[in-house]
Amino acid sequence: MENNDIQLVRAAQDGDKRAFAQLIEKYENRVYNLARKMMRDPQDAEDVLQETFISVYKHLSDFQGDASFSTWLYRIATNASLMKLRGRKPPSLSLDEPAETDDASALPRDLVDWGITPEEALLSGEVRAQMDAAVTQLPETLRAVFVLRDVEGLSVQETADVLGISVPNVKTRLHRARLALRDHLSAYFVESGMAVRKEMRE
Amino acid sequence: MSHQHSALCDELRPALPDYLDGVAREDICRAIEAHLAGCPECQVQVDTLKKTITLYRAAPSEPVPGDVHQRLVRVLNL
Repeated sequence: MENNDIQLVRAAQDGDKRAFAQLIEKYENRVYNLARKMMRDPQDAEDVLQETFISVYKHLSDFQGDASFSTWLYRIATNASLMKLRGRKPPSLSLDEPAETDDASALPRDLVDWGITPEEALLSGEVRAQMDAAVTQLPETLRAVFVLRDVEGLSVQETADVLGISVPNVKTRLHRARLALRDHLSAYFVESGMAVRKEMRE
Repeated sequence: MSHQHSALCDELRPALPDYLDGVAREDICRAIEAHLAGCPECQVQVDTLKKTITLYRAAPSEPVPGDVHQRLVRVLNL
């Protein structure tokens, strides 16, 4: 509960380490799950987890309670992930640059129909490994939006607040991410014999 | 019947994200559903996108392993 979070933050701001430990226990799984989806390497995910809570600890006094604690925490964790990813390669597009418009990628030439396959059949360990691999192949700006919205379950507005981008921008990036992931999974299901490619156009 | 896959698909495509999230206006939902009923190509698009979202939302999250938690607590000196 947010009220409880505020009380814990206030206590931690006053030096109560047990209160800070409670915040960690409450939120560490969410931060770790986000980091595991953002980073390919489990060690990097652990680094992000540690950097996030170190940063939260250092900046506790800056938290004024005008955003929810979870939004503030997700912002720190997402930034820690993006900074780590960007440390390895030249900076890519800014999160706030307008996304490219959807194009032909929305309608691949041939279609793979696995939409009615039962979820239980699709959630094997191997499929889940493919799902995770597909996420780590997304461009980082799409990945952050997708992980916050469709993995962590934040609303579109909360995702926009965490990333400091507009709601329409979240929607556009989210759709592009979902299309890319769907195409990745379609290709995998064909390769693995779980679905058949259909030629639906001349 | 791919002959029905036409300009209408392109017209409805911008509304697809809101439709998938269940926040499209009712008249737009009706238009999309009427279109899907006659356009297997778009129906597959929508079904596989919906299933993609469902799969990711249904996948269990990964809890912090015990040793990772211990190292976190240690590094924070708690």
